[in-house]
Amino acid sequence: MINNDKIKIENVNLYYGEFHALKNINMNVKEKEITAFIGPSGCGKSTLLKSLNRMNDLIEGVKINGKMLLDGIDIYKDMDPTMLRKRVGMVFQKPNPFPMSIYENVAYGPKTHGVKSKSKLDEIVEQSLRSAAMWDEVKDRLKKSALGLSGGQQQRLCIARAFSVNPEVILLDEPTSALDPISTMKIEDLLVDIKKNYTIIIVTHNMQQATRISDKTGFFLHGEVVEFDETEKLFSMPKNKKTEDYITGRFG
Amino acid sequence: MELVNAEKNLRKRKLISLVLKAGVWLCGIMTVGILIFILLFILLRGVPNINMEFLFGTYNSDTLSAFSSIVTTFEMILISLLVAVPIGVFCAIYLTEYAKRGNKAVKVIRLAVDTLAGIPSIVYGLFGMILFVNILGFRASVLSGICTVSIMILPVIISSSEEAIKSVPDMYREGSLGLGATRLGTVFRIVVPTAMPGILSGVILAIGRIVGETAALIFTSGTNVLESPTLDLFASQRTLAIHMYMLASEGLPHSKDMAFATGAILILVVFLVNLATTKLAGRLGRLGNDK
Amino acid sequence: MESTRKSHFNEKFMQAIFFLSALASVIAVVAICLFLLIRGVPAIGEIGFMKFIFNESWKPTNTPPSYGILSMIVGSLYVTGGAIAIGVPVGLMCAIFLAEFCPPAVYKIVKPAVNLLAGIPSIIYGFFGMEIVVPYVREYFGGNGFSVLSASLILGIMILPTIISISESSIRAIPYSYKEGSLGLGATKEETVFKVIVPAAKSGILTSIILGVGRAVGETMAVVMVAGNAVMPIDKIRLLKPIRTLTTNIVTEMSYASGLHESSLIATGVVLFVFIIILNTALSLIKAKSLRN
Repeated sequence: MINNDKIKIENVNLYYGEFHALKNINMNVKEKEITAFIGPSGCGKSTLLKSLNRMNDLIEGVKINGKMLLDGIDIYKDMDPTMLRKRVGMVFQKPNPFPMSIYENVAYGPKTHGVKSKSKLDEIVEQSLRSAAMWDEVKDRLKKSALGLSGGQQQRLCIARAFSVNPEVILLDEPTSALDPISTMKIEDLLVDIKKNYTIIIVTHNMQQATRISDKTGFFLHGEVVEFDETEKLFSMPKNKKTEDYITGRFG
Repeated sequence: MELVNAEKNLRKRKLISLVLKAGVWLCGIMTVGILIFILLFILLRGVPNINMEFLFGTYNSDTLSAFSSIVTTFEMILISLLVAVPIGVFCAIYLTEYAKRGNKAVKVIRLAVDTLAGIPSIVYGLFGMILFVNILGFRASVLSGICTVSIMILPVIISSSEEAIKSVPDMYREGSLGLGATRLGTVFRIVVPTAMPGILSGVILAIGRIVGETAALIFTSGTNVLESPTLDLFASQRTLAIHMYMLASEGLPHSKDMAFATGAILILVVFLVNLATTKLAGRLGRLGNDK
Repeated sequence: MESTRKSHFNEKFMQAIFFLSALASVIAVVAICLFLLIRGVPAIGEIGFMKFIFNESWKPTNTPPSYGILSMIVGSLYVTGGAIAIGVPVGLMCAIFLAEFCPPAVYKIVKPAVNLLAGIPSIIYGFFGMEIVVPYVREYFGGNGFSVLSASLILGIMILPTIISISESSIRAIPYSYKEGSLGLGATKEETVFKVIVPAAKSGILTSIILGVGRAVGETMAVVMVAGNAVMPIDKIRLLKPIRTLTTNIVTEMSYASGLHESSLIATGVVLFVFIIILNTALSLIKAKSLRN
C-alpha cells in the first residue's frame, strides 16, 4: 500500500529576529507513518515541529516563508490556526496536564470545539483514554486531579487529550525525555499501535527510539535537513558523512 | 468520529472571544478612566483655590487655612518614622538574617505582622483612644496620634524591608564575611545599604499612609484646629486629611472649595509618593537582576 | 583580644535588639486585642451577648437605652457585598487585561494608574463619592443619594487596586505550558485565558477577593460620607436607602458618647475585629492549601 503525502514542506525558511533558524527545508511526510526528527540541540528540529501547527506564532519576532501544506492546503495562508491545531495535535516535552480532573482534561478539547452533550463527552473521554491505553488505570478516578498522576501517566493523559479532538496528525516534541524507561516503553508501544489511524511526527534526542518506532527519519543540523530517508536506510547506510558521524556518536 | 461541525462552531467561538477581549480592554480602560476622573475632579476645582493665605495664613472661619494642619502632618510623619523605621527595619533584619528557618517565633511574628496589616484604621483609632488618650493620659493630642500611626505603619515598613533584604544576593554577604567582617558589620555595611532602595520605598509608602489617614486619628490627635502652627506634642491639632474631612462635612460653599484645595494637596503628595516608590523599586529591581 | 570580646558583645547586644524589635509587632497585636476586649467585652456582658448581636434596635440615648447592632452587621455585609459585586468583575477583568492582553506601551499607563488608585486616601474617595456619586444616584436612581448603592460603588472602586494587583501576579505565575497545551488543542487565546489560566490562578484570585472584603468591611471615612448613616430596620434596607455599617456606627457617635454608650461602640469595634480575624484565618488557610499543592 502506498500512502499519500499528508504534509508537504516546500522551501521553508524561518527566522527568530535576525537568527536564521530553519534553512530551506523541503520534506514530505506520508500519511499513517511515524516520522522522526533527530539531531543535536538547537538544530531546528523542534522549531520545524512547532511550525507545523503554528505554535511558533506565539513567539514574538518569528518570520516564516515558504509553504507548508496539509492535504494540499497552505496552513499559513488558507487555514485558521485553531482549526489547524484541531487537525494537527501536539504533545509537549514536559507533561502539561491542566490543573483539573482527569476527565476535564480530556473533555476540554471537545468542549472547546462545541461538544455539549454529556453522553457524547463521556464517550469521547473513554475512547481517548482507551486509545492512550490508560482507561483501565484511571477509569475509577476520573474525577481526581490530573496532577496526582505519575509523570508517565501524565504524559499519556496528554496524548489522550490530543486524541480527544480527533486530529489527523500528532506532533510529539521529545515526549519521553522527562520519563523513566518503563513509561517510555509504554508510550513507544502506544505510538506504534496508533499509527494505523494517525500521522505521527516525533522529535527525539534518542536515536534508539527513532530506530525502534519510526518509518522515516530526518537528520537536522544547524537549521538544515542533512538527510531524510527511511529509518532503516538512514541508520544502516547513511549517505551523508555528517549523518554518519552523528549516528555513530562522533559528535552532538 | 467527527462529533460536531467544528468549522461551523468556529464563527460563534470567534465572536465570543472577541467579546471577551473587548471586555478586558474595556475594564482596563475603565480603571484608568476612573482614576483620571477622580484626579481631574479634585485638581480642577482644588488647585485654583490654593493660595498663600490658605497655605501659610492664620486659621479663621474666613481663611480656613491649612497651615497648622500642614505643620502637624509633617511633625507626625517625622516622629512616627523615627519611631517605626528602626523597629521595622530591625524586625526585618531579624526575620531575614538571624531567625532560623522554621523557628516558632518567626511564625508568630509573621502572623502578627500580617494581622497588623489587616486591621482597619478605625480599630487602630479605637485602640489609640483607649490606650494613649485615656489610660496613658496623653489626651487627644498629636502625641497620641503619633503613637497610633507608628504602630499602623509598622507592617508596611517590615514587609518592604524584608523583601528588599531578601533580594540582596548572598554573594555580597559571603564576600564581606570572607574578608573577615563580623556578621553585624556585614548587616550594617553591606546588607542594609544594598537594600536601601527597598527600605526607602517602604518608608515612602508609610508616609503616604500617614498623610492620607483619617479614621485612626479622629479620636487620637483629634479634629481641633489651632490658629497658627504648633509643634507642641500635647496639643490637639488635626492633620491635613482630617482638615479636609472637617471642611467637607461642614457643607458651606466656601469650606467645600477649601476641601477641594486640601484634596488637591493630598493628591499631589500621593502622586510624589508613587513616583518615588516606582523609581526606587526600579533601582532595586536592577539590583536583583545582577545576580 | 579585647576588641574581639567587644565585637562579640556588640553582636549579642544587637541581636537582642533585633529580636525585641521583631517582638514589637506581636506586642502590638496582643495589646490591641487586650485593650479592645477589656473595654468592649464588659459592655457586651452588660447588654447581653444576644441582645447586642441579634437585636436590631440601636437607641443608645433613649431611656431605657437599647444597644443592638444587628442592623449594622447586616449593613456592613450589604455594602461589602455590593463592593464585591462591582469591584471583583471589573478588577478581575482588568487583571486579565494587564497580565495577558495589554501591549507594553499601554501597560506603562495602566499599571501606574492602578498603583496610584491604591494610594489615594479614603477621604478623597469619600469626598468624590459625596460630590459625584451621591448626586448621580439621586438624579438617575432616586432616593436622596446617600445609600447602599453609593457606598457600594465607592467601595467597589476602592477595592479595585487590591483585586487587580494580586490577581494579576497570580495569573502571571501560571506556567506557560498550560497555555501551550490549550492552544495546541485549537482553543483561541481568549478561551485559553478564561478556561485554563484563570481557573488555574483561582487561589490567588480568591486571596485578592478576601483582601478586598477586608478593605471594604473596615473602610470608614469613605463610607460615612456617602452612606447616609441612618440605622435601618433590617427589613427596610434597600439599595437606594441610607445604611449604617459597623465602622460608621463608631465614627458617627464616638465624639459624644460616654459610659455604656461609649463601651458599646468599642464593642462594635470588637465585632469588626472578629470579622477581620475570620478573614485573616481564611487567608492563611488558602495560603497553606496552595503551598500543599
